[in-house]
Amino acid sequence: MTEDHYDPINDRGIHKIRTLIEGFDDISHGGLPVGRTTLVSGTSGTGKTQIAIQFIYNGIVHFNEPSILVTFEESPADIIKNAYSFGWDLQKLIDDGKLFILDASPDPEGQDVTGDFDLSALIERIQYAIRKYRAKRVSIDSVTAVFQQYDAVGVVRREIFRLVARLKQIGVTTIMTAERVEEYGPVARFGVEEFVSDNVIILRNALEGERRRRTIEILKMRGTTHMKGEFPFTMDTEGISIFPLGAMQLTQRSSNVRVSSGVTRLDQMCGGGFFKDSIILVTGATGTGKTLLVSKFLENAFLSHDRSLLFAYEESRAQLSRNASSWGINFEEMEARGLLKIICAYPESAGLEDHLQIMKREIATFKPSRIAIDSLSALARGVSNNSFRQFVIAVTGFAKQEEITGLFTNTTDQFMGSHSITEAHISTITDTILLLQYVEIRGEMSRAINVFKMRGSWHDKGIREYVITDRGVDIKDSFRGLERIISGSPTRIMVDEKSELSRIVQGMQSIGPDEDL
Amino acid sequence: MKKAYVLKLYVAGNTPTSVRALKTLNDILETEFQGVYTLKVIDVLKSPQLAEEDKILATPTLAKILPPPVRKIIGDLSNRDRVLIGLDLLYEELEEHD
Repeated sequence: MTEDHYDPINDRGIHKIRTLIEGFDDISHGGLPVGRTTLVSGTSGTGKTQIAIQFIYNGIVHFNEPSILVTFEESPADIIKNAYSFGWDLQKLIDDGKLFILDASPDPEGQDVTGDFDLSALIERIQYAIRKYRAKRVSIDSVTAVFQQYDAVGVVRREIFRLVARLKQIGVTTIMTAERVEEYGPVARFGVEEFVSDNVIILRNALEGERRRRTIEILKMRGTTHMKGEFPFTMDTEGISIFPLGAMQLTQRSSNVRVSSGVTRLDQMCGGGFFKDSIILVTGATGTGKTLLVSKFLENAFLSHDRSLLFAYEESRAQLSRNASSWGINFEEMEARGLLKIICAYPESAGLEDHLQIMKREIATFKPSRIAIDSLSALARGVSNNSFRQFVIAVTGFAKQEEITGLFTNTTDQFMGSHSITEAHISTITDTILLLQYVEIRGEMSRAINVFKMRGSWHDKGIREYVITDRGVDIKDSFRGLERIISGSPTRIMVDEKSELSRIVQGMQSIGPDEDL
Repeated sequence: MKKAYVLKLYVAGNTPTSVRALKTLNDILETEFQGVYTLKVIDVLKSPQLAEEDKILATPTLAKILPPPVRKIIGDLSNRDRVLIGLDLLYEELEEHD
């Protein structure tokens, strides 16, 4: 039995309860094990309380399963207030008799301890509440606080162990949160994992590069399968969203419908346009005309009455509009007609996952048929290659699921010559790559365009001259007779004049498969 | 005029600590306490809803409800002095000697 593949037959032993926390049921292969306690451990501020509350909130709202929330830290009033910022009206659930918040927060009056004690009252209260409300789900937040309430680690450990055994006996599905000190250290303080050992989930909020990155990892789920490793997640006004990157790619469909790039010649070079559900990467140095291609792409959507969404991370709205109008494209009008939405953001303004979440939400509400990101590379600043790759996978996966055509730009560092597509980690994810670059020919700087790769389609292999005019783009013939253009300093090769002439004639008439070098 | 005391002792069945706590408390009340008092012993196994009402977590817990302020002492009450302080009994004695 392979551990990374969900196999329903092997999972017959343990049933799982769906959490409906976005992405969690994917990475856990179905949710939390029924009737067991799952430990959710993380450093301070990693979202433990949110996950504990979201679990029971979803249970009540979507499955009508009454729930108990046991709080050892915050007062019930604070919990209700905080949950409200996620749009969860706990007070209503309490009024409806679906939720009970069991207040085990520290007594403000304080308490004296003298001699031996146990936590029977707590255990009996929880059991009483579960029976009274016929609860199916329980969240306990946080067990670490119990240790801090009493100065008796041995006693509290014994009593928590007894509580977990009791919950199992009753058969409720439980999330128990615990605090840990280091991101990559012991599972939890006070050795909590030793007595809640069936299922352990770790939440992290690590500083990576210059940004915070939240991840969730299922460390173990006894007797059942789950996805391995850390998965990024975000916390925002709609709660927790996990991005199960590996699982996303499997659902993609593939279409043969083409959409226009807005540049007729480029459509021809691509064998009739871009595929509708494909991701196109335009890569090139600054000033090579990437944003121009983006603008033409968006204008074309507008002309065919399709909606499009532009995420801009390099230029302001005003700059974008001004540039577009210099090519005869009117962004303001497109926006006024409701067919274009421009979202400008500073890449460093939020973590990568937050940007992803914003994109997903904008796409879900605006429902565009095309999106453009200008530029993708701006988002890569200060982020590790791996998390950037995961981000690109998530964006492309989501766009494809929604059958959206995505045009992303990538700014390369080198002005001339072979940009090794260093961004190799993103180039394999995209379906089509358009290469823009500067070429020096007879003392003049020209621009060149090449369809570097196009998955599943014939495409022109030629390197063509790319001229920016006041009407947009003019793609000319290929730089025949020159070699090593990609290197940036081409050399002229001798050609037979007759065949050169016939080539030009042929090139003017049409661009076809026989055009190949 | 002596104040009237209302005390609650939460226990969990007949565990040794519960029995010990009740014994110590009775002893204190009989030998050192000379006021009027009501003691209510609550078994959380039988009446968990009462533990819920008073937000009790640990057993045994001795709660002084009256006179205010409410004070709680957790454990088998093995330290007599701390029990007396907790019940404000020592404090009262000092006042009387002034």
